[in-house]
Amino acid sequence: MDYIDYYKILGLSKNATEKEIKNAYRKLARKYHPDLNPNDKEAERKFKEVNEANEVLSDAENRKKYDQYGKDWKHAEQFEKAKQQHRQQRSYQGSGQPFGEGADYSDFFESMFGGAGRSRQGGQGIRFRGQDYHAELHLDLNEVYVTHKRTLTVNGNNIRITIPAGVTNGQEIKIRGHGGPGINGGPNGDLYIKFIINNHTTFKRDKQDLYTTVDLDLYTALLGGDVTIDTFDGKVKIKVKPETQNNTKVKLKGKGFPVYKKEGVYGDLYVTYNIKLPTSLTEKEKELFAELAKLR
Amino acid sequence: MEEQNIISVSTFCTQYNVPVTFIQSLREYDLLEIVREGEEEYIQVTHLHRVEKMIRLHYELNINMEGLDVVNNLLQQVWDLQQENQSLKDRLKLFE
Repeated sequence: MDYIDYYKILGLSKNATEKEIKNAYRKLARKYHPDLNPNDKEAERKFKEVNEANEVLSDAENRKKYDQYGKDWKHAEQFEKAKQQHRQQRSYQGSGQPFGEGADYSDFFESMFGGAGRSRQGGQGIRFRGQDYHAELHLDLNEVYVTHKRTLTVNGNNIRITIPAGVTNGQEIKIRGHGGPGINGGPNGDLYIKFIINNHTTFKRDKQDLYTTVDLDLYTALLGGDVTIDTFDGKVKIKVKPETQNNTKVKLKGKGFPVYKKEGVYGDLYVTYNIKLPTSLTEKEKELFAELAKLR
Repeated sequence: MEEQNIISVSTFCTQYNVPVTFIQSLREYDLLEIVREGEEEYIQVTHLHRVEKMIRLHYELNINMEGLDVVNNLLQQVWDLQQENQSLKDRLKLFE
């Protein structure tokens, strides 16, 4: 647990006036407010820091305590005394500043001010819905090929969710009421789960379509024939037309990825042929190829 | 029984402790659609999230109605760009 320089966070000197603190706080709060920085974890972190700094510095008593004991909080006897004094002030309600929704406090803050240092109630008594939680769920591509259920632990609560087949990378789902608790009696926030799909397969995916490359030997490409290829759910045999050119792309209808929330509907699989020329030719082969060349 | 998908403005204002004039202003600035049934006015539940956000921006950051309109438009653009960016990143992987 490190000492936190609240003045530095607000970009102020130690002798800043109340007005300067208020102005610095408002400016930074506008910059980092989570509503204005969606999906920006860094802004969220900074907003919490700014909130915490304001909690301490905007309140004369907290500020005095911080200035006096802050740096030596780990070992100062005075700090212990301050804590005792603090316990006697349980009725303290904080500065009443309106940014009541800032979430966690640092360990440093908790140690120094405990629960009663908080003023998250909000100065205007507005009933706010709780904070929305954002979580990421990392899944492998083959895990989202079929719809399945999964139990997640969010803030100590187990939530069983259905992960529909075909979810895409970066897609977010909302689970109502599983976010932070409401403020001043407001409803709970929601939980947003963002899916991060890792692909370790040989297939490339674009929404419901899959792409793969298959090596083809020269003779099959020239004369045609059957090849067995891997699809996402098994092997299939496909016919190769005679005189198939390198990089020819064929579409296997319905052999792609499941379409999100459309049961039984699948995208397509696009197969690109990569024709491999024979190497280490024997003398006989060279002769025959030379003969073929003459025919052209 | 059909699910109730609206909340009366008066209930909303009591619950969220905001003046009715705030909701009226949102409507005047075309920031919120109000459903009228008889004498009563309602907010659609699907709009709640947006209204809550506007309450926070207005009361916490002192953003006025014009500002809320600008913020809403810009946030929508951010959202669209984020979606497009993600989609392009995914497509780019096809060529990696």
